[in-house]
Amino acid sequence: MKLSILFSFIMSMTVLLSAQSPEERGLEIAKLAEAADEGFGSSKVELKMTLKNKNGQTSERFLTNQTLELIEDGDKSLIVFNSPKDVKGTATLTFTHKEGADDQWLYLPALSRVKRIASNNKSGPFVGSEFAYEDLSSQEVEKYTYKFLKEEGPLLYVEQFPVDPKSGYTRRIVVYNKDKGYRQESTEFYDRKNSLLKTLTLSDYTLYKNKFWRASTFVMVNHQSNKETTLEFSDYNFDTDLSDEDFTEAALIRAGS
Amino acid sequence: MMNLHRKHIILFEKVVSIDRACRYVLVVCFCIISILHSRSQTSITDKKRIETELEMKVEAEYRYFFNESKFSNQYDHFPSLSAQPEFGATWDDGNQKLKAIAFFRLDRDENRTHADLRELYYLKSKNRWTASIGFKKLYWGVIESNHLVDIINQTDAVESFDGEKKLGQPMLQFTYITKKMGTIDAIYMPYHRKRAFNGEHGRLRFGTVLDKDDLSYESDAEEWHQNFALRWKHYVGIVDIGLSHFYGNGREPLFEVDQTGNINAFYPIINQSGLDLQITHSAFLWKLESIYRHAKAQDFFAAAAGVEYTFSNIDHNGLDIGLLVEYLYDERDELALTGLQNDLFFGSRIAFNDINDTSILIGGIADLDKSSKIFSLEASRRFGSNWTAEIEARLFSDIDDDEFILLNFAEDSFLRLAIARFF
Repeated sequence: MKLSILFSFIMSMTVLLSAQSPEERGLEIAKLAEAADEGFGSSKVELKMTLKNKNGQTSERFLTNQTLELIEDGDKSLIVFNSPKDVKGTATLTFTHKEGADDQWLYLPALSRVKRIASNNKSGPFVGSEFAYEDLSSQEVEKYTYKFLKEEGPLLYVEQFPVDPKSGYTRRIVVYNKDKGYRQESTEFYDRKNSLLKTLTLSDYTLYKNKFWRASTFVMVNHQSNKETTLEFSDYNFDTDLSDEDFTEAALIRAGS
Repeated sequence: MMNLHRKHIILFEKVVSIDRACRYVLVVCFCIISILHSRSQTSITDKKRIETELEMKVEAEYRYFFNESKFSNQYDHFPSLSAQPEFGATWDDGNQKLKAIAFFRLDRDENRTHADLRELYYLKSKNRWTASIGFKKLYWGVIESNHLVDIINQTDAVESFDGEKKLGQPMLQFTYITKKMGTIDAIYMPYHRKRAFNGEHGRLRFGTVLDKDDLSYESDAEEWHQNFALRWKHYVGIVDIGLSHFYGNGREPLFEVDQTGNINAFYPIINQSGLDLQITHSAFLWKLESIYRHAKAQDFFAAAAGVEYTFSNIDHNGLDIGLLVEYLYDERDELALTGLQNDLFFGSRIAFNDINDTSILIGGIADLDKSSKIFSLEASRRFGSNWTAEIEARLFSDIDDDEFILLNFAEDSFLRLAIARFF
């Protein structure tokens, strides 16, 4: 009897000492997901955004997004609007930083003007969609703290808490697929009052260059407003060989004009 | 009825004959467009693929000046139509581009009826170099209520009161992106374009109707006096800085009053150095623009400094409210064409960030020495995917009797409604 108590005590101590805490496991998964996507260099993709209101009426936007991967710091991106026609040519250049505020410039084609804009509006909607700016910015490991929740087959559930107090969320639950290069399958977003706000579902995955999983369809459903935004990516191009000078103010003007 | 019809024909003839050179260039340009457009359907390979786009904006506008006019023959109601066709062709992975934008307006004010080649240029970029040749529009500066540093393009003064509409400028432009020291622009401009003024029936004009051809040049070479500009633009962390220099025919005419009291207006040869600076810190944008302009007849300094702060996503539904304050100084005093010599601008930008991009901009400029004030409101939104509507109001209030320029516009407060369709 005594022996078995001692035995189970030793066993539980071993488990406690050797196993990771849920926080460590969560961080590890986020790092594995980042590592699995490392080395894509640069990419260019066409994007169709469909906004649907609660009555089912839709409106569409077409954008082009170019990304330059940086290892030491966050990625650089250049987004150009192709429609609606009255905002055609409007473009943004963003330098994501692992720590601190991002740098962001806006090109306004009607005036041919470039304006540096504040990037602290993370929680605001991107062009009237259900995606907030922070949902679309480069996902850097340093921007969250983590807690592993559970494992279901290949699916890993990780709770993530934004470091930035200006985030619109208290937490989000990201579902990773460890058999498919730790790609994200879905994410649940909880608002500042900790109630479920939105669910993002990623589907129609394609494997590029035998390493990089990219979803063709992102569906963001807002449970509180019943509005929905769908992103459809097409013509993914990983052979663009973009470099630093393609992500400058001069390149922003060229892309938008 | 007959009369009205004739009036329209006269207006139409005015559009057609307004600028022969402009028309000639347009014809050539649309020939190239049709060739490129047909080629784009046949080319297959990705590298050689030509992407073309052909679009047009058509706008119906109504301006109503609700005060009795200060000068005789000025109208109160101005229905107007404008069209802006646009063509673009991109190939060589976006490294080569041809762009054309033309603009036409038909208005009751004979001088506001005009055509312009806003853009027509060919661009080629390779690694860190970009070169372009043709009619282009460049914008420099950070301040919202006045544009001091911005000097490359002539203002299309009949088109807008705030000076934000520009005429296309013929140029040869070289841009070099350095590795760590920002971007350098070198611009050569062989030709100067004169500013247009509202006609006899138009509002927002002087007591004497100025025709753009009445204005002369200081230079004997006149509009062919050669112009050069150099600009360096860089950013370090939260600081964006631009330094520029311009030499050539000034874009603003200079008004000289001689001993007999006659006003002599001409375009001087100027050297202008400019600085624009912005510090972007959390939701604050701190801005500074400053110029020093030297001409034989006039040397002066002007500056504008201000701050913009945005309260974002106030209602958790995307509502942004920005507040702006700017101080404007101009050493020219009452001779400043903008009338902004010691003024304070305050404004608010409200953006709903909704599906229709609804936004409102309200502002006021108050003269700190005099009683003069100008208030403005601009609101716009989209309807469906191809229509937009705009409302604009400008109110001139308590314009001081000592104002040299603004006093002419004292009765020219107006409301403007515009509806545009994009094709």
